[in-house]
Amino acid sequence: MTTDETLRQQGITREEFEAIRRLLGREPNLTELGIFGVMWSEHCSYKSSRVHLKALPTSGPDILQGPGENAGVVRVGDGWACVFKIESHNHPSFVEPFEGAATGVGGILRDVFTMGARPVAIMDSLRFGPLATAKNRALLEGVVAGIAHYGNCFGVANLGGETQFDASYSANPLVNAFALGLAREDKLFFGKATGVGNPVIYAGAKTGRDGIHGATMASEEFSESSSAKRPNVQVGDPFLEKLLLEACLEAMATGAVLGIQDMGAAGLTSSSTEMGARAGTGIELDLDQVPQRETGMTAYEMLLSESQERMLLVAEAGREAEVYAVFAKWGLDAVQVGRVTAEGRFRVRHRGAVVADIPNAALTESAPRYRRPQRPAARTLPLDPPAGGEASGAAPTRDPAADLLTLLGSANVCSKAWIWEQYDTMVRTNTVAGPGGDAGVIRIKGTRWGLAMALDGNGRYCQLDARAGTRLAVAEAARKVACAGARPLAATNCLNFGNPEKPEVMAQLAEAIAGMGEACAALGTPITGGNVSLYNETLGHGIQPTPVVGVVGRIELSAERGPTPARFQQTGRAVWLLSGAAALTAEERRQRLGATEYAAAVLGQTWGLPPALDLERERALHGVLAAGRERGWIESAHQVSTGGLAVALAECCLARRAEEGETARVGARLTLTEEGDTAATLFEESATRVVVSCAPEHAAGLEALADAAGLEATRLGETVEAERGLEITCGPARMRLSLARLAQAWETSLGRQLESVISPMEVLT
Amino acid sequence: MQIGVVVFPGSNCDHDALHAATLASGREAVPLWHESTDLQGCDMIILPGGFSYGDYLRTGAIARFSPIMAAVAQFARAGNPVLGICNGFQILCEAGLLPGALLRNAGLRFVCRQVHLRVESTATPFTGGCRAGQVLQVPIAHGDGNYYAPPEVLEQLERRQQVIFRYCTAAGEITAAANPNGSLHHIAGICNAGRNVVGLMPHPERASEAGLGSADGLQLFASLQPCR
Amino acid sequence: MTAWIQVGLKPTVLDPQGQAIQAALRKLGFGAVAGVRQAKVFQVEMAPGADPAEAKRQIERAAREVLANPVIEEFSIRWEE
Repeated sequence: MTTDETLRQQGITREEFEAIRRLLGREPNLTELGIFGVMWSEHCSYKSSRVHLKALPTSGPDILQGPGENAGVVRVGDGWACVFKIESHNHPSFVEPFEGAATGVGGILRDVFTMGARPVAIMDSLRFGPLATAKNRALLEGVVAGIAHYGNCFGVANLGGETQFDASYSANPLVNAFALGLAREDKLFFGKATGVGNPVIYAGAKTGRDGIHGATMASEEFSESSSAKRPNVQVGDPFLEKLLLEACLEAMATGAVLGIQDMGAAGLTSSSTEMGARAGTGIELDLDQVPQRETGMTAYEMLLSESQERMLLVAEAGREAEVYAVFAKWGLDAVQVGRVTAEGRFRVRHRGAVVADIPNAALTESAPRYRRPQRPAARTLPLDPPAGGEASGAAPTRDPAADLLTLLGSANVCSKAWIWEQYDTMVRTNTVAGPGGDAGVIRIKGTRWGLAMALDGNGRYCQLDARAGTRLAVAEAARKVACAGARPLAATNCLNFGNPEKPEVMAQLAEAIAGMGEACAALGTPITGGNVSLYNETLGHGIQPTPVVGVVGRIELSAERGPTPARFQQTGRAVWLLSGAAALTAEERRQRLGATEYAAAVLGQTWGLPPALDLERERALHGVLAAGRERGWIESAHQVSTGGLAVALAECCLARRAEEGETARVGARLTLTEEGDTAATLFEESATRVVVSCAPEHAAGLEALADAAGLEATRLGETVEAERGLEITCGPARMRLSLARLAQAWETSLGRQLESVISPMEVLT
Repeated sequence: MQIGVVVFPGSNCDHDALHAATLASGREAVPLWHESTDLQGCDMIILPGGFSYGDYLRTGAIARFSPIMAAVAQFARAGNPVLGICNGFQILCEAGLLPGALLRNAGLRFVCRQVHLRVESTATPFTGGCRAGQVLQVPIAHGDGNYYAPPEVLEQLERRQQVIFRYCTAAGEITAAANPNGSLHHIAGICNAGRNVVGLMPHPERASEAGLGSADGLQLFASLQPCR
Repeated sequence: MTAWIQVGLKPTVLDPQGQAIQAALRKLGFGAVAGVRQAKVFQVEMAPGADPAEAKRQIERAAREVLANPVIEEFSIRWEE
């Protein structure tokens, strides 16, 4: 008799157990129950989100592979394709930040190169609790060091990403890793076990007891006892992964490899069943052949192990030797562990006995799908500014210059150079725009093409309105790509939410997916894959709903014209604001101000609604940014987001990174038309706005281009010598700040907040 | 000029070095597999950046025992030009082809950014095309780039002008703030007594095209054309 | 037979990791701590039946030539039956 305790350990409900019995027509043994446990986990089966995800746009003329494979594939041109995906490693990173983040990077890199693509860029979207807490500082330092360790050693350029802070992430940090690789369109590989009788080959690291039940861990809330799960955390070996990359690409080039998939969550089990299910075949494994790092491992342990840096390949019968020779050259294990069968079953032998025999369909198609109950949460935050508060409509009494400096130094706005300087941002010499700008851009050597990419998510917006907040995240990621001058092509998503069994959380998830679908359809960026991370809760406290979106765009590069930089490039340039934001009533403006970083970091409050967004005008803005660059008019473009217009303008004046120093800074003298009051004009976060600079003689052309697209173009002023600083006149307010002061607030803030920073000089003295 | 680039299993800047060397020499540079002992008639050898054998023991510690390194050592002893970049510099030190060692960065973290280098000596095959005192902008990307040598060795390096590159400001000043890793005497690169073997932590191959932010590094490969 | 080989930086070589750990310990209130130096330890199992004298020669050489870099590091060996 299978006890409730046994079922709980496998993460299976009594109802699910009954379904398993019906599917098998018998009682499952413990090994089989373990297999169902991981394959039916939220992480592998998407059982709570699948019914909603179906509504996302996933196809388009350039989409070569949508969701369902290891990563999405998009056509670039000249026979090139880009392969990319974003995936979470939130739970392992909370238990052990360094290894959790490192193996998160390792996993997403394997997802990309298993498709036949060489990874050329990674980015990360990170969320932590406030840095005033030592635990949060340690989590951030560990996560960043883990990402750096894995990516730097593997040899892939990190183009940055984004990092945000909120108290809800204190016990639930988010680590979402994005990777992009390049492949030839006609040399893509898929996770399919084709050809009955073909050998199934295991390659890479040996199997140990690492991470058993990682997938089920990612599908439950954390309790105080979670640190007891620490022994099961996987440890990554980036050097081995580098060998695996080279060996896999070389093995693929022999033509003897028919299908390949990495062993990620639920290891051998998920790779075998998914490869069989996709090809309509089955796989029979002999566990005695599996290379093992530890002795006395049971079938259950081997099937559920999440040891890193392992691949499962299906080779053409008779050509195994070619595959083995390549892996031997790179010093890696590669052995036959099974064969492809016609029965559509996952059959496993161990020590002469059949220890599991399950139809693939029972593990994949027949996995449960829940339409979980939804109940829109009652608003916990007010719609209008707190009565009597400074934003309630009373005359502004604050010093806007001081508020700007506060915002520039706030954790969500300040420079993240402390983080990305630890990443190798240039390896492979493809990086034409590294971290610190709006988008990262790589070139494809030997072609005229480049790829721009950016990540975005805003938990505060989504907490106030999940649907609108998610639309804004898609729009912002696409806008960042457009600022570089690229045309957005496709997107990938990572949906980080709390416990879906709570109807309020489920309502947020459903709304977010709906908003994502609307924005992706309107902006021409289909979703090509991603993942869902639920149960981001500890002791009942959940995260802000945090859908993260990665957008990839295509850009034509030449020796004369690189990607558009975010920062002002020289003095004597006209500064313009291109805007597709709607005009707001006074009441709307007061409500929208409540979602801003200004409200949170300066006023210490959150209320109201996220910015309004007109997706048609957003798309029109992207077109103007690309056309303006192609005509050689736009010299710099930086989107207005967290912190509002004043923060965007200050960032335009500063260097991307500190060591470029004072020589790279440019001053500006600007006049803003006051809308509402000074604070709203300076710090409101209306979407669809970009600050551009251009030579004065191109201003009229740019204005006409914007006008024809139905956008407003407003001249704000001009760039001046750095010594004159940033001068902003806004209604009655006039501020003038030296760039050194802006830089002091913005550049060094994160380092100062991370107390444990030890500068080389401190150590030496 | 035929340039060869050694490929260790964990090299990850090998393609970059091949690309820059081909650009600079106008002739397809060739990869040299670590298990081979054949230098394929190359006139110059580059040991590229990366993590040669994972570098779990010490950076470059295992690489020096690879078959190709015996051939490289012989090639170097014969006076031929050898350039070690980043991990390649660490390997040359471990192999005893250059004096000293590279310790963990004083800041304890991996650092990737643009730095400025002052050319301290033009009397090597790689800096022959530079001006003495010239400032180059070249990026670094390392966790173990803190140059160390015992006092008597340092003194000798200075006396024989074997310090080839020092970290400096954009204006060429040697300051503590311009030293990214705590290297003694702000050393970024050195040569051997014979001046034909040069190692440096910064990555000239990443500064070989204007589109990448700097083309200053190309001079190191291009200097070779009129080989001195 | 097991060899425990400890490899650490020479006393004359700056050890920033040890210093950082020392600073952290003091900040956490371990006031009696005066100095920390970090070292690596290798646990090397010898083949069963290996000749003890030969094993010792080999380990001595492995420590000197591979495990430690004599420019910056020193080592010590402890044997366990």
